[in-house]
Amino acid sequence: MSLIVEEPGTRLPERTLLSGNEAIARGAVEAGVRVAAGYPGTPSTEILESIRHRGDMDVRWSPNEKVALDVGLGASLGGARALVTMKHVGLNVAADTFMTAAYTGVGAGLVLVVADDPGMHSSQNEQDSRHYARFAGVPLLEPANSSECLEFTRLAFEISERFDVPVLLRSTTRISHNRGLVALGEREDRPATGFVRNPSKYVMIPGYARGRRPVLLQRLEEMARWAEDCDLTAEFGEDTAVGVITSGISFNYVREVLPEARVLKLGMVHPLPMDRIREFAGSVGRLFVVEELDPFLEDAILAAGIAVEGKRWFSQIGELGPDAVAAGFAAAGVVEAPEPVAAPPATVKRPPLLCPGCPHTAPFVALKRLGAVVSGDIGCYTLAALEPLAAMDTCLAMGSSIGMAVGLAASGGTEAPVVATIGDSTFVHGGIPGLVEAVYSNANVTVIILDNGTTAMTGGQEHPGTGKTLQGKEAKAVDLVALCKAVGVEDVRVVDPYDIAATNAAINAAIGNQGPSVVITNRPCVEAPVKVKDRPYLVDAAACTACQACMALGCPSIVWSDETFDGRRKVVIDTVTCTGCTLCAQLCPPRAIAPIPRKEAAGV
Amino acid sequence: MSDRSKGLLLAGVGGQGVILASMIVADALVRAGNDVKQSEVHGMAQRGGSVVSHIRWGPRVSSPLAPKGSAEVLAAFEWAEGLRWIDYVRPGGAVVVDVRTIIPPGACVDRRGWATAYPRIDDGPIADRRLQPRLLNAAAIASGLGNVRAANSVILGSVAGFLDIDDQYWEAAISSLVPKGTAEINLAAFRAGKEAGTVVIPAQPAPEATGVAGPHVIEVKHDWCKACDICSRVCPEYCLALTLDGKLAVVDPDACTGCRLCEILCPDFAIRIHPPVVAGVAAGEGAS
Repeated sequence: MSLIVEEPGTRLPERTLLSGNEAIARGAVEAGVRVAAGYPGTPSTEILESIRHRGDMDVRWSPNEKVALDVGLGASLGGARALVTMKHVGLNVAADTFMTAAYTGVGAGLVLVVADDPGMHSSQNEQDSRHYARFAGVPLLEPANSSECLEFTRLAFEISERFDVPVLLRSTTRISHNRGLVALGEREDRPATGFVRNPSKYVMIPGYARGRRPVLLQRLEEMARWAEDCDLTAEFGEDTAVGVITSGISFNYVREVLPEARVLKLGMVHPLPMDRIREFAGSVGRLFVVEELDPFLEDAILAAGIAVEGKRWFSQIGELGPDAVAAGFAAAGVVEAPEPVAAPPATVKRPPLLCPGCPHTAPFVALKRLGAVVSGDIGCYTLAALEPLAAMDTCLAMGSSIGMAVGLAASGGTEAPVVATIGDSTFVHGGIPGLVEAVYSNANVTVIILDNGTTAMTGGQEHPGTGKTLQGKEAKAVDLVALCKAVGVEDVRVVDPYDIAATNAAINAAIGNQGPSVVITNRPCVEAPVKVKDRPYLVDAAACTACQACMALGCPSIVWSDETFDGRRKVVIDTVTCTGCTLCAQLCPPRAIAPIPRKEAAGV
Repeated sequence: MSDRSKGLLLAGVGGQGVILASMIVADALVRAGNDVKQSEVHGMAQRGGSVVSHIRWGPRVSSPLAPKGSAEVLAAFEWAEGLRWIDYVRPGGAVVVDVRTIIPPGACVDRRGWATAYPRIDDGPIADRRLQPRLLNAAAIASGLGNVRAANSVILGSVAGFLDIDDQYWEAAISSLVPKGTAEINLAAFRAGKEAGTVVIPAQPAPEATGVAGPHVIEVKHDWCKACDICSRVCPEYCLALTLDGKLAVVDPDACTGCRLCEILCPDFAIRIHPPVVAGVAAGEGAS
């Protein structure tokens, strides 16, 4: 469902199925948020997407998370409630602003939603963002279901204003992408209250910042006192033989496995209501902490001198779930071990793939042929690290590809050409300073900007290079060619990645030039903003010599047929999924691949 | 151990519509008066990866994930994905699975035996686990009704046969969530799926191994080679490369499959490919 403006006079549905992300967005709507900014990142992306059509809110994608938080903080100082969304690694990018925002405090309420990804379903690490709350000295709320996503978001704005502090709201993949029943409320009308000059609070020169440090610590104490009997802490269950302290998604697993046990559920995990925890510990027999990832609660409780068992039984790696929690309590001797379930039969591995017709394919085929050392980046094209493309050597963080390529070239540790590959959205996000570095040090690297005109990996979001905003308005698009030239790259080429020969030639020529060079591939993504579907191609089985040249693309539309040639398997193209990009036809030595006849094409 | 919540899983391949189908099931369960939690994971690229969605319902649901061995039904939109999650179904539960196959490129990598790493369609693994198999050819049923895209509703119809939810809730959920203008065909598909029996899969012989025991032998006549680089650019297995001093080198002889592109395209007749030598017998002469 989309959270578009309610028609005046219509009643809201009593209970609606909302994902955690939609519920967070709805909470922001009801809290009267006026400005919402973020950068797409799984599992946080749908928060802003679900409110993009609201005319009474400014909802935007920023170039990166730091800018998004800067925008949110600025809006908050102007007296408008502001929401900022990002994934866990995005908070690393925004951390510079975030750490000092804890000193300045806010104007109107400011809530930063950070979505962690235990299990790394779609991320390069599984850092536990709860540490950021302690690191910065700000409150952190952790909802356990969709209904709490809405309530806690509303509450987070009140806490933000009450204690003059930015509030972290932490979700995880399992919360963000879980649908549950939510009761909707009305939107508060909160006009912006205006900017109030206060340099000693908002200008963090050392002299003023020293004045804010005690404020920060005092605020933490006040919040801890408030936490002791706030509504965010709740107790469940009657059986006091075992007590469990938990929060967020883990609460659900604990209730599933130990429905009778006494449970202390923490809605705010920083600062902690330590008196309440101590009291709880005294009221139960054995005390456990069940939490995903790091022993964040466990360490704090142990440090307060309260004996508790946690990571000894429950893994610090990946997601928990009903099975993992049951196994942990079984190992601890609290419950009977569940009946073992036979493992499933062997089945085929199915990692995510570049789509049929993906414009990122040909550049990586070229790089594999060249044997280049490829410094990769974050995006769909990271999938080129997998067979059969297998043409990526590193991938760490947004925008890292270029700086790392400069370092690899400077190391003298490779004879092969050094190439950085980076998508358009990632380049705008964090790649530009790396390119400046390449020019500044006259590094002998080639940068391939894979411009598919969208933020593809997260589902096709707009960015400053696309010419459109999240709310559908026209915008001035960043001109990548002019930008590269402006920072001093002399060798900038633009090439169509559907033309394999031209792509190879451009990459070869760029690599052949000393100094930094840029190749920009410029085909739109086949999925967004429009689905690309041309006349599909077919394999003439009589002409196929089963050489496997087309299989080098790793295209999901091309698989082996039952026919063989000289003992090797011929190939067949699935015309339903083939987009007609022509790459395989260009690679086929016997010219066995051709477009489907027109009269048949009409039926596909 | 549980809070009396029931569970079901839907599984498929990214792009097949697993998420929309999950939303329909969840919506039907809510309409029938249940508390519902539906949990999915979709990440990385948009398409092509495994997708699974857990749905749990009851008077009050705790865990959005079903414990292993607890689900009433597993509904899979693709054969291999059905096998992947089979351990989540309770003894006596049902496995509704579409017999369509989506073979990933990663299953076509065995350049010796040329066998795909894709499980054969055979309801043995389901029956062996004391589960009720319901194999469907959903695409054929939907095509028969006039629109192959309604295949997912056929599967939902079959799922409905194993659950105790009034049809009116299912039909209201389908009508409200499928794309505009497709309610009619999807409702027809749902009803057809409810009636559909399991398809009988004829026993399939294991595909014959066509391969050869070892790599072909690449012979390069360096005196004739002028290092034009054609062969190394066409080799699908990356066996050949020019060295930094401009000589042709066989860098990965073990990967040669004998496609002979290099031999055919060499303008100087400098390459010959010889059949593999297997214990002194050339392949194709009765070696097996």
